[in-house]
This record gives sequence, structure tokens and C-alpha cells, in this order.
Amino acid sequence: MVPQDLRYTKEHEWVRIEGALATVGITEYAAEQLGDIVFVELPEPGRAVTQFTAVGVIESVKAVSDLFAPVSGEVVESNAELSDKPELLNTDPYGKGWMLRINLADPSQADALLDAPAYEALTAEA
Amino acid sequence: MAESHDTPLTTPLADRHTARGARMVEFGGWLMPLQYTGILEEHRAVRARAGVFDLSHMGELSVEGKEAGAALAFALTSDPAGLAIGRAHYSMICFPEGGILDDLIIYRLGDERFMVVANASNAGAVSDALTDRLHGFRVILDDRSLATGLVALQGPRSAGVLARLTNIALDGLRYYAIAEGDVAGVPALVARTGYTGEDGFEVFVDVAAAATVWDAILEAGAADGVVPVGLGARDTLRLEAGMPLYGNELGRDTTPFEAGLGRVVKLDKPGDFVGRAALEKAQADGIRKKLVGLVIRGRGIARHGYEVFAGDRRTGTVTSGTLAPTLGEAIAMAYVTPSDAEPGTIVSVGIRDQRVPAQVVPLPFYRKPA
Repeated sequence: MVPQDLRYTKEHEWVRIEGALATVGITEYAAEQLGDIVFVELPEPGRAVTQFTAVGVIESVKAVSDLFAPVSGEVVESNAELSDKPELLNTDPYGKGWMLRINLADPSQADALLDAPAYEALTAEA
Repeated sequence: MAESHDTPLTTPLADRHTARGARMVEFGGWLMPLQYTGILEEHRAVRARAGVFDLSHMGELSVEGKEAGAALAFALTSDPAGLAIGRAHYSMICFPEGGILDDLIIYRLGDERFMVVANASNAGAVSDALTDRLHGFRVILDDRSLATGLVALQGPRSAGVLARLTNIALDGLRYYAIAEGDVAGVPALVARTGYTGEDGFEVFVDVAAAATVWDAILEAGAADGVVPVGLGARDTLRLEAGMPLYGNELGRDTTPFEAGLGRVVKLDKPGDFVGRAALEKAQADGIRKKLVGLVIRGRGIARHGYEVFAGDRRTGTVTSGTLAPTLGEAIAMAYVTPSDAEPGTIVSVGIRDQRVPAQVVPLPFYRKPA
């Protein structure tokens, strides 16, 4: 079961939308698939990002993966704790492993995201 | 051989791996466990205690006959004819042009009996090359790859655990030695070799007996914290130990001298061997590139294929890189221009759109405590 109150992307990211603020992370499924995450590179606050484009990097021991912006807007905060503790993505992906907060440019973009049942269906196929 | 199969081969331990929840990947034509619980945890288990590896994908070739030593001396860069019975050495099989076809371990099992162990992805090519090169010698080449199971036990507690299962006196089995005996009641060849930088053993058995040995080691080692270890940690362990991997550090476009392995090219051995003329010339001409260790001094992890710079000049390419679990820093091996290869030299690695500083360091990155 994934948290029911979040929205999701096909790239296995989650988004919590509170007013104009979107908090972004990767799903537990993504973290498990990547394995031990050892390095995270996130965009600086103030940077404008475009929906579904690569904005950061997540590296496990074996692999390098892109982090995509699930919505367009301005990055208002990135999780600085991940610099020293990238393993939080594995141990607490929906909590302390959050990655970005984005000020939504267009709240209607959330309609392009999956709801929890649709995301669960996606991972069930995988 | 392996590479001609459309569906990957499975080892006799495949059901054990899936039962433990291993993530399986295709490697060298085989379906192999990448990890069981996690690469970092498995890596640390081998450094601190011991881990057991399914290496049944490796190639084992038997070379027997009156001229076995001379035949191998002709086919390979080393001089197996000079090996004592019960001893092994690291070797290479090169193309006539001097590039590396595979790296090998040669075990001398008897006066006229050798075992050649090749990488899984090259086992077919090595078998084909040996068939060709041994022609005319009084030897019999037998590709035993599919008939042989190989289980490795690596880590500081390996000897204590294996001693409970074997009649071989492990105290007397030196590094790069091999002995015949029983393991878990099964006839086995036990070699003190490995690919982790730790003390450890490789146990060769009949493919039908591999599961018996695997289960027995895990059971005998349970109290010592012995865990199964996948290819993911095998790669980080060998990289910390500065050991080359074919396809990364070794390949057709590289000579043993460039890889820092000139010691396995015995140009002073008697007689001709495949690649001799090219390797003599390569040694006389000097190397074009040199394998070095790098420690990344900025943020980021260097990976296979990333470019290396000395100032603004491109000096080479990263061949392997990871975050070293034991050392806690990003390490890499890379080929660079020989004039940039001195330990201490500061270079930089192109990681995405940045040039991240890195320092040339001596290999290996990790040495087991004395």
C-alpha cells in the first residue's frame, strides 16, 4: 500500500500538494529498485523547474538515476539532510526522505499525476 | 557457449537465490543474483565476517596431457609449466596483437593436469582460443564450465567456517594454492583464491553437488554471520581491492602492461607464445595509457565511461567507480596518460556538467588488516 493522500508519477515519484506548495520525493518502490542510495544531487532553491524534466540525480551503489520535476514551478527548498544522509531515501522515503518543495506555477498540472490506486496498479504490473 | 544462448543460463543455485528474495540479473549469459538484502550490507559482511558467493557462471577448462604445461605456456602470457603442483597463478590470454582476451587463474592439479578458470562472459571465447592454440600439442582440452559448480567463501571468518566442513588442512593451504578433498561430504577442489581483497576460498565441485556445499556453508556459518553475497557487492569488493574486471579495466584495446599487470607477461620464458612479438614491441615502445586509482575530492561519484582531465586537457577515461562502502569515499579506476599517473597528481572527472577534482592514489584502495 502506498500513502493514499499523495499523487504519483510514472517515474516513481510522489507529490504532496498543500495549496500552492508541492513536496516531492521518490516512492518506496523506487528506493527498493535502486538499492542502497549513496548520493543525491538536488536543484538549488530559486531554480525554476519544468514538469517532467530532469532536475536532480539519485545514485545507488550500482546506478545513476535522474530525478524529474513532477510539476513546474520554483524550487523553494531542497532537503539538505540528504547530502549527508542519502540513505533516508531508503529508510523513510515518504517522510525524512522528502527531496524538494516546489511553489506550483500551475496547480492544474496536478491533474496529470496519478492517484494512489493508479500508481499501485502501475507497480503491480512491473 | 554461454553467449550464444538467447535465454540466460541458470546455475544449480538459482532456486536458492530466488527463495531468499535475491534480485536476479543477466550477467555474462547467466541469470545471477545481484543482491539479496543490499549491496552495502553484503559488502560489509564480507569485510567484517564472511560471505558466500555463487560463482557457478565462471568458466572451468581442464587441460591434461604430457605437454599440458608447454601447451599453456604457448597459449597464455604466463608460464604454467613452472607452477608447482597444488599452486596457482594469475594469468592472461592475449590476442596475437597483444590486447587482452581474458584474465585467468591457472591451477596446477597434477604433473600433467591443469585447470584454467575464465570469466563467464569470455568462457566461450577462451575455450575456442585454447582449442585453436593447443592444436598440435599432446593435450586434451575439456570445457567443464557447465559441469562445474563454484562456491566462494570470502572474509576473515572463512577459514574457521570452512574448517568445520572439510578434511583439507586449511592451515597448510597457502594463498594461491589448491587441494583436493571433501567439503560437506562432496569431492571438491578447494583453492585459497578470491576477488574481494579478503582471505577466502573457492570451492569447485560437480554441478550436481553445488547446492549441498552452498547449504552446508550457510548452515555452518550461520552463527558467524555468514550471508550470501551477490554480484553487486562482488564488484564493490573487488574495486576497493584494486582488482581489474574484464570489460572495464581489461579488454582487447589494452595490453597487460597498461593495466599494470606486466608481471604476468613472462617474456623471458622459453619458446614462442601467442602475442609475444606484439607484447615485446609494446614493452619496448612504452605504454600509451596507465591504469590508476582515483579518489574523488569533490562531490559526486565517478562512473564507467566518465572523462578524466588534467587541467583542460583530456587525459583519460574512468573504467570503474563507486562509493567505496568500507572507505566511505568515492573511488574509481581510470586509464590516464602515463605522465599524469603519478600518485598525488590532481586531475578532474567530468561528472555531468561539472569537473570534479580527484587525486591519483596507489592501488589497492583497501588492504585487509594484517
